[in-house]
Amino acid sequence: MVAPPLVQIRKALDDSGLQSAIYSSTARLMHKRSSALADPLAGEFQQWREQAHQLKKHTLENLDYYLELFETRLAERGGKVIYARDGGEVANFVIKLCKDKNARLLVKSKSMTTEEIDLREHVEEQQIETVETDLGEWIVQLARERPSHIVAPALHKTRYDVAALFTEKLGVEREDVPEKQTLIARRTLREKFLASDVGMTGANYLVAESGSVVVIENEGNARLCSSVPRIQIAVAGIEKLIPRAADLATFLKVLGRSATGQPLTVYTSFLTGPRREAEIDGPEEFYVVLLDNGRTKLLADRNKRQSLYCIRCGACLNHCPVYRKIGGHNYPWVYSGPIGAIITPQYHGIMQEAWLPYASSLCGACAEVCPVKIDIPQILLDLRAEAVKAKTREGESRLERLGFRLWAWLMSHPRLYEMSSLMRGSVSPDEANGWTSQAPALLNVGPLRSWLSQRDLPPAPAKTFRRLWRERSAGGSGAGGNS
Amino acid sequence: MARDHILHKVRTAIGRSAGQAPAEPPPVMLHVREWPQQERIHLFSAALERLAGKTFVAASPEEARKYAADLIAAGSAVASNAPFLRECGIAGLENVRTGIHDPNELRNVCASAGVGVTSADYALADTGTLVMLASPAEARVVSLLPPVHLAVVPASRLLTGLDELFSILPDPSASTSSMVLITGPSRTADIEQILVRGVHGPGEIHVVLVLGC
Repeated sequence: MVAPPLVQIRKALDDSGLQSAIYSSTARLMHKRSSALADPLAGEFQQWREQAHQLKKHTLENLDYYLELFETRLAERGGKVIYARDGGEVANFVIKLCKDKNARLLVKSKSMTTEEIDLREHVEEQQIETVETDLGEWIVQLARERPSHIVAPALHKTRYDVAALFTEKLGVEREDVPEKQTLIARRTLREKFLASDVGMTGANYLVAESGSVVVIENEGNARLCSSVPRIQIAVAGIEKLIPRAADLATFLKVLGRSATGQPLTVYTSFLTGPRREAEIDGPEEFYVVLLDNGRTKLLADRNKRQSLYCIRCGACLNHCPVYRKIGGHNYPWVYSGPIGAIITPQYHGIMQEAWLPYASSLCGACAEVCPVKIDIPQILLDLRAEAVKAKTREGESRLERLGFRLWAWLMSHPRLYEMSSLMRGSVSPDEANGWTSQAPALLNVGPLRSWLSQRDLPPAPAKTFRRLWRERSAGGSGAGGNS
Repeated sequence: MARDHILHKVRTAIGRSAGQAPAEPPPVMLHVREWPQQERIHLFSAALERLAGKTFVAASPEEARKYAADLIAAGSAVASNAPFLRECGIAGLENVRTGIHDPNELRNVCASAGVGVTSADYALADTGTLVMLASPAEARVVSLLPPVHLAVVPASRLLTGLDELFSILPDPSASTSSMVLITGPSRTADIEQILVRGVHGPGEIHVVLVLGC
């Protein structure tokens, strides 16, 4: 079993700059969401969520039908579907296409799916210049990092970090003001757009009945990627399908509000194939790559299949007390927060990431805000159960089992139990309110030691329950009133 | 082959066989509101204003032309080929390039123009949104490359919202390769969640709703 990156996590917790960046950004996003939901126009939000859930459920239960329908309809509009089993197949397709078409510059909008398969790195290796054009994603690319948030990739960076980065990588004068930093990005990236051969986007939705790719964004870079270059490629997971265009009315209404509190994001592009004959501009070639990369594995489990409903709004991250402390980079994969905690172990195998489902207090905030009603806490519990089974199989939990056997033995011997609870009373409180961070020496050993290092013990009561009970049964007055 | 391999795995996972008819999908959920035009105009301007966009209600095409002339002033502009812009006399203003059909030429003109003028196909009242369908009349880049976007729209094209749009346009792909919904100026909040407008698309957006058209 791979252990959690504890040293790295402690470093993040001690980094006050990082803590304030994560805390204030997620707080703003939470506030924006709740204000958007308070608007009377969002009065039917709960019905929309339910409808979005039902639509996703239905589409995945009939996914083969919708995949084939999408493929047929897009072909009728002159577009082409490519299936890819894994990231390697996507990269091979893109690289071969670029070489065949003599394309040297690829501009790209933000896509978690391409992030998942490190597509940019693979394409760059082939001397095809690949530029991220979403501001946050571009910052992350310049810094040679990976995104720390689904919606706001550079959430972990302050404006001063960005200033230093721009000076170092672009040779521009130091500029601390976000407005001016953004202008630097606009100028630099505009040149790239106008010179680009290939535009790559992800897809928020794929509409089966029309063969359309739907891309949602605020900056306009995805529009540029899909309007300026002569070739467009959209890379999307097979779970992105929805049945009909009109279903977007539901999905668009929940996505923007959940992600950034916007009733509608600035740009929604509904793209179907290359430019048509009478139209003035748009790509000449239009490809959609449908990626599996483990998704069919998730699909096979009737309960955990819900994980594929995710529309990547990031609300569960913003509301998660664990994400808000440790940040996105301490999760082992590109998907962080509660959604990352449930999908990563399913993609990579439970024993690879067995600690992840435990990185949660099961407070349920994620499920409460999820716009497609994924029952994340339940899936975390299911994964914990799987992790325990897998560990037992591999004999990893011997110590744990021994511990529980000891516990059971103690609990079934009343005298011994009473003695142990008397011992508990001997611990002296070291805090004003009676709590102690000093665990009894006898307990402070082995695996318990690290567990106790993060936990304070409550003050021992003056009388044990057993004693109270005895006094009560004997008709004493110390046990409180009758009930 | 990847295709067959994936479809096979999907079918195995969900227990379906090739060619099997799908279950009935949940019915489409559209709730079209009934707001009179005045209410729609009010909602539209309020929503766009919240996003720092400007709405001007023109009593006549002539008023729309004046608004456009003032906005463009001494700068340069490019107008789409929409007939309505000609009818308003905007396409004929000085400093306005129009009638371009070559994509490369159009891109170059748009890349240096100060204002892009379009006539949206629809507008959505509750969100302050413009609906742009690519066509011989409307290219994609006019509303995208210049730093200012001016849309001159007959007030009759103002719908209540998304639900009405999809009820009259259940399949946008039937008529265009590209439908884009534009809701306010281009924006980002990628640096410290601080709002900055005009990152890639236009940072300024003006909508003229022309009454009686």
